[in-house]
Amino acid sequence: MNVPTMEQLMAEGKQPEILFWVGSAGSYDDRAKKITKAFVKILNKANVDFAVLGPEESCTGDVAKRAGNEFLFQMQAMMNIEVLNAYEVKRIVTCDPHSFNCLKNEYPSLGGNYEVIHHTQFIKELMDSGRLQSVGNTYKGKRITFHDPCYLGRANEVYDAPRDVLGLLNANLVEMKRHKATALCCGAGGAQMFKEPEKGDKDINVLRTEDALKTNPEIIATGCPYCNTMMTDGIKAKEKEDSIIVQDIAELIATAQDS
Amino acid sequence: MQYIPNILFAILLIVGVGYFVQNVRKLTRNIKLGKDVDRTDNKSERWKNMAMIALGQSKMVRRPIAGFLHIIVYLGFVIINIEVLEIVIDGLTGQHRIFTKVLPDSVYGFLIGSFEVLAVLVLVAVIVFWIRRNIVKLKRFLSAEMKGWPKSDGNIILYFEIVLMTLFLVMNASDLHFQHAGHGNVISQYIAPLFEGNADMAHIVERTTWWIHIAGILVFLNYLYYSKHLHILLAFPNTWYANLKPKGQFTNDSNVTKEVKLMMDPNADPFAAPAEGEDEGEPEKFGASDVMDLNWVQLMNSYTCTECGRCTSECPANLTGKKLSPRKIMMDTRDRLEEVGKNIDANKGKFVDDGKSLLNDYITTEELWACTSCNACVEACPVNIDPLSIIIEMRRYLVMEQSAAPMELNNMMSNIENNGAPWPYNQMDRLNWANED
Ligand code: HEM
Ligand code: SF4
Ligand code: SF4
Repeated sequence: MNVPTMEQLMAEGKQPEILFWVGSAGSYDDRAKKITKAFVKILNKANVDFAVLGPEESCTGDVAKRAGNEFLFQMQAMMNIEVLNAYEVKRIVTCDPHSFNCLKNEYPSLGGNYEVIHHTQFIKELMDSGRLQSVGNTYKGKRITFHDPCYLGRANEVYDAPRDVLGLLNANLVEMKRHKATALCCGAGGAQMFKEPEKGDKDINVLRTEDALKTNPEIIATGCPYCNTMMTDGIKAKEKEDSIIVQDIAELIATAQDS
Repeated sequence: MQYIPNILFAILLIVGVGYFVQNVRKLTRNIKLGKDVDRTDNKSERWKNMAMIALGQSKMVRRPIAGFLHIIVYLGFVIINIEVLEIVIDGLTGQHRIFTKVLPDSVYGFLIGSFEVLAVLVLVAVIVFWIRRNIVKLKRFLSAEMKGWPKSDGNIILYFEIVLMTLFLVMNASDLHFQHAGHGNVISQYIAPLFEGNADMAHIVERTTWWIHIAGILVFLNYLYYSKHLHILLAFPNTWYANLKPKGQFTNDSNVTKEVKLMMDPNADPFAAPAEGEDEGEPEKFGASDVMDLNWVQLMNSYTCTECGRCTSECPANLTGKKLSPRKIMMDTRDRLEEVGKNIDANKGKFVDDGKSLLNDYITTEELWACTSCNACVEACPVNIDPLSIIIEMRRYLVMEQSAAPMELNNMMSNIENNGAPWPYNQMDRLNWANED
């Protein structure tokens, strides 16, 4: 796969149009890597001049901050800012709403000022400017429900971009009862992804999966690697993995482009 | 002798208002125990928020039934209280319905007529509120934190409103002069026949309801401080001072920034004495374990909370049976702040350590660690309260002052420290995905 790094471009004296912030999940987690690759495919098809940091990227510190470890967060942030500023990065795109929120909102006061956008916003941009390669009819008429990631939706009020992009698929978009500002969390945020839940009577991802199942979907679309894991597990818990697909918007678009 | 009622009235008014002023002083003192935070930027947006959310009740009507009923009570109560102005002037001057002498009959009639109609609407709305709490037993009024005083408080307010509205209507009905004039007695004319033909009794009833009505309002005014009903005043500043930044943006602790910069600066001498003029006092505490560690807006939030439970009813942790309830976070903060306030009162203006704190004695770590930081509570709150910011401040204390995170989180954090990722993978392998198919 053709994935240039900032270091390579710098050596060639080039500055890419945009930096793709892959994030830890997108780099290491097997499920999330598929999302990363799907997004790269879209970028390549649209001839986007992008680069990644590769081994020079480090955790944004977001999850440490949500866990209360402000020290670790700020250390990570300052290290990353040093790298980003050295490369004179102006624009960043990421598939992870947590990185998106953190880079966009929490880095500026520590010296990191960039325009940060979520991959669904970027795909929307490609779509609007006509750079996006045509999308086939793989998902035409399919029932798709979109689960809003908390850190994209409520946290930053991005509700339309993912829906507009899904609109490309000519699918049948169905909303869950709780959506947009009232969407229920998948259960992964606030560092919950990395620990067992507290004692309760149900897992949050199962409750959210029940919300989704009520729309009778063929596909549950996500916009966050953690939501994706949570909803995939939820579908397994409900023994629906054979009939319902959980995929990131980037994966759906990339697949539809291939057809 | 004829001035005795006026003097009594003046005394009643002075005592009632005086006591209220004292309560307001206590309230502001307690709120100011919080740390400083600047929330005066972007004034035009702040005024707009206050106008929309508090005055215009825009977030209330997201729940249409409760929202609609509340607008009736809110508007009704505010408008009917114009009548209190007349009562106060009458009481002080010994006049009777002084506005009839100043305003044309039609205007006076229109005003009182509207008040009477509103009073009936308020009565109906408040009775429906009572039914929702006590007969339909809506889930959001029943959680664990709503037992005892909060439950009684919720009902007492409703009884207060019922009594005040009834007194207002009976007062008008038994005022034979007002009935005979026939301007504005749209509702009370149907109660008036009870008093027709017995002028003495009518007079006694009229005077009694008049006095109880005004006394009731003064008691109500002073009840506010002890009640979630404080929201009728605090909803306004609370929406004005609310956070305007994106909800996902958590504050960057500036004390931490100082230390981290020092740590990362290769030229900094870790043993250097603080520069001249820099205060050498106690090192700042990270995060919050007690109310004084929170900022004053968070403390004002706690007094503003209406205990409506809209936050808790949207909280994913609470919905799945976890102990966490954002409403309880707010109520605990207020209760602890009250306890601290009483401590200060009892110790001549100084807080004496009572061996207690907001953390553990009120809010447990189990609650704090159950939060997904999803912001559903913040979004849901009709008066823009932010329970999440308190949860995060308390997590900061747990992690940075006590190293008391759950074990799995400690593992995750040491992975970040060592490998730059929450999992134990090598940072050099970050781009391996590009070469896998
Ligand atoms: C003079 C003004 C006001 C009066 C008389 C008043 C009266 C009341 C009463 C009687 C209740 C209890 C309802 C129940 O039993 O459930 C209540 C609840 C509440 N009030 Fe007010 N209120 C006033 C102003 C405001 C303002 C300015 C706001 C700001 C938006 C507000 C927000 C609320 C909320 C959020 C509740 C919780 C009840 C629910 O969610 O349905 N109130 N108010
Ligand atoms: S932010 Fe935390 S307390 Fe608020 S609704 Fe979400 S999980 Fe509950
Ligand atoms: S914090 Fe807001 S939503 Fe929650 S109970 Fe208090 S007033 Fe209601």
